Amino acid sequence: MLAGLLCVPVLVVAASVLQPAGEVWRHLVDTVLAGYVRNSLVLMLGVAAGTLLIGVSTAWLTVSCRFPGVRVFEWALLLPLAVPAYIIAYTYAGMLDFAGPVQTALRDWFGWSRGDYWFPPVRTLGGAVAMLSLVLYPYVYLLARTAFLEQSAAAVDVARTLGCGALGAFVRVTLPAARPAIIAGLSLALMETLADFGTVQHFGVAVFTTGIFRTWFGLGDVTAAAQLSAVLLGFVFALVLLERWSRRGARYTQVGSRSRPLATRRLRGAAAAGAFAACALPLLLGFALPAGQLAAWAIESWRDGVDAGFARLVFNSVALAACASLLALALALLFAYTGRLRPSRPARLATRVASMGYAVPGTVIAVGVMLPFAWLDNTVDAWMRDTFGVSTGLLLSGTLVALMFAYMVRFLAVSLQTVESGLGRITRAMDEAGRSLGYRTPEVVARVHVPILRGSLLTAVLLVFVDVMKELPATLILRPFDFNTLAVRAYELASDERLEDASVAALAIVAAGLVPVLVLSVGIARSRRREGGRPRPRPALERIPASA
Amino acid sequence: MTMSLMSRIRRSSRSVRRRAGAPLAARLGAAGLAAVAALAVATPASADVNVYSARKEALIKPLLDRFTAATGVQVKLVTGKAGPLLQRLKSEGRNSPADVFITVDAGRLHAAKEAGVLAPATSPALEAAVPAAYRDPEGYWTGLSVRARPIFYVKGKVQPGELSTYEALAEPAWKNRICIRSSDNIYNQSLVASMIAAHGQGETLKWMQGFVANFARKPQGGDRDQIKAAAAGECDIAIANTYYFARMLKSDDPDQAKAASKLDVFWPNQSGRGAHVNVSGAGVTAASKNREDAIRLLEFLVSDASQEWYADVNNEYPVKSGVALSATVRDLGEFKADDLNLAKLGELNRDAVKLMDQAGWK
Repeated sequence: MLAGLLCVPVLVVAASVLQPAGEVWRHLVDTVLAGYVRNSLVLMLGVAAGTLLIGVSTAWLTVSCRFPGVRVFEWALLLPLAVPAYIIAYTYAGMLDFAGPVQTALRDWFGWSRGDYWFPPVRTLGGAVAMLSLVLYPYVYLLARTAFLEQSAAAVDVARTLGCGALGAFVRVTLPAARPAIIAGLSLALMETLADFGTVQHFGVAVFTTGIFRTWFGLGDVTAAAQLSAVLLGFVFALVLLERWSRRGARYTQVGSRSRPLATRRLRGAAAAGAFAACALPLLLGFALPAGQLAAWAIESWRDGVDAGFARLVFNSVALAACASLLALALALLFAYTGRLRPSRPARLATRVASMGYAVPGTVIAVGVMLPFAWLDNTVDAWMRDTFGVSTGLLLSGTLVALMFAYMVRFLAVSLQTVESGLGRITRAMDEAGRSLGYRTPEVVARVHVPILRGSLLTAVLLVFVDVMKELPATLILRPFDFNTLAVRAYELASDERLEDASVAALAIVAAGLVPVLVLSVGIARSRRREGGRPRPRPALERIPASA
Repeated sequence: MTMSLMSRIRRSSRSVRRRAGAPLAARLGAAGLAAVAALAVATPASADVNVYSARKEALIKPLLDRFTAATGVQVKLVTGKAGPLLQRLKSEGRNSPADVFITVDAGRLHAAKEAGVLAPATSPALEAAVPAAYRDPEGYWTGLSVRARPIFYVKGKVQPGELSTYEALAEPAWKNRICIRSSDNIYNQSLVASMIAAHGQGETLKWMQGFVANFARKPQGGDRDQIKAAAAGECDIAIANTYYFARMLKSDDPDQAKAASKLDVFWPNQSGRGAHVNVSGAGVTAASKNREDAIRLLEFLVSDASQEWYADVNNEYPVKSGVALSATVRDLGEFKADDLNLAKLGELNRDAVKLMDQAGWK
């Protein structure tokens, strides 16, 4: 029922396909549609390659190797997650444009002028791939790392005795076993890629999201815009199917009463330097450089940026993010437990459809939320007027309830995936073992489920928290009167081409996003210490792949 | 014995299944909902004027605050992008709390009128202050400030004598020399709409194909970026709105001021229909429960003091004649503006976007 409600905005969009294609749709097909499809596909493939390359390699290096700085990289590699994609796009465009400081300096040094030299153009499809890869790889890193940590060295040892080298064992044993987790991380990254608007718009790359905006507001055709969104949903659906197909029912099971963490290798010399560089580079490009640039601007402009209302902005942003992340966790738990304990086909389908919201641009979600809420309010109002002669006006539209609902539609996928993959580690046998020890249900939950799930629950809350802090389009359009957030402030100034003034709010978003990322990091460091300690007996562990 | 134990475990696991997640989930859910309820603000009292504004907060809030100081009427504000705000007005229908819709570009004001969310609202004061070309003929919306979209050229690289009209920018002499932003942008859409109004669709498409072929780079960034690119040598002329150029000239950032100082303005089509202009404007909503104060707010926004603020702080042209310009704006010189009724830009917006798609203007 609840899952069904959360489906409504996605279904409102999908239903548009049933309407006859109008003249605008034909115009789109004739002129720009092929470009949207091509660019969106290239963007997805590029980001997939980028996030996999960075995420998996750094996760592997920090789990299995010792080299200078690895303790710091373990948690620091998550930091780019705190930087909104549109902020990094604005910052890099400002730095690397023809008129930006880098190219200007090059021209001054060498006396070049236009056409004398080649410089990678940043405002291109390739540039968008780079920006999105840099801020989205932490999803892959986080999940891949957890999966690597959970693996037993036994399998690797077997592979080594069968004649595999270190790399061979990684490619043929470790990587396939971690695949479900890696794919889950990748699908989060790709869904966020499809939903991105700020980056592609600023770089002038015509993809589905920008096309939807143009069709809707330029051509004034809501139906055609919704039909474009439906095609976008088709992409997401294909993504989900692809992930299913890649697993093909395979299960990655680890049997045995003892599990030993993977052995770590100490790297020296060139190998250590290489590993250091491989971890430092994404951190530098995805976090240090843009945050440094923001800080430099903020030092110039903080006097104007931090006004009386600034504390209010921070409070609004944090409060919204905190509420949304807890609510999303509650819903995820509800759905995950329902799915686990009383699986039913309609409920599972509804949950899947609701999770697709993560790949739908925030504005489209916002409209999908706005329409049914306004309809409900107006219907109630009309009925009250007819029956009692009293107008109730708008009860929910334009309140934080509508906004919160939109956040749930948009971000449920994040918390649900995390909770489900955690719950997958708890087998029926473990429940029953708890019962046979004389625990009652609440005790089973408290003493068996909670300790095992704790990490996943924390991750779910923190990921949604960071996402809501960064969220812009739905907040912008659904918020009540006189209600501003950091993201709104940063966007208004940045889109008015006042990056310097926007830097204070942008930096505050990054800083507020850092807190949960650091908490996550501490969790990671602790798990590392625990895993790295003496081998301890664990119950037979059957890993059920995370489902996307 | 074994059998009974098995069945007990099975039974118990079923009960675990049924109740397991509920308490934690319910508790968290209740906490979340309570927090949302606590955050939710009360519905506004009817004596306020509620504004949906597509103008950024920084560019409108100071004037709204002055209005409150002068009249005692509280103003509540939501800002956002024009399209989604209009959608919000539409879906809220007759129960919308908004009294006034403020946006930039006549194209969008016209779209709001077409959507049926505005109601005619005029007063002698509004009609006296705002020239007819800058308001809706039927009184659905009124302009509040004027901006022009002329040509900026790099001093030394281009002689003003080489420039004449927007139309001439399609000539091969300008190949690889023009910077302009994306066709997603409404300012460009309105510029093309004004070309359609002057020449019809066929001519405009032909012109645009030549014009697009002359772009120095793929359209990207905002108006300031075009000026910066031209100053840095990526192109020789840039098309941008006047207030961006004026703000750059006055900027605290020496780089921006330096970039702008390398360019100068050229007013095109002076012997013909005049340079392309547009407005920011506002209308009173059809759902307004406080029309009287809403109209008072519009009148306040076209008063001399407010109009001077537009000129001084936003570097726009006042919509009302006889109001002093800021020095920076005055230095751009006098020009002849296209006197096409701006409602026409809105009517032709859709055609403009389609033609831009056809001409391959990204």
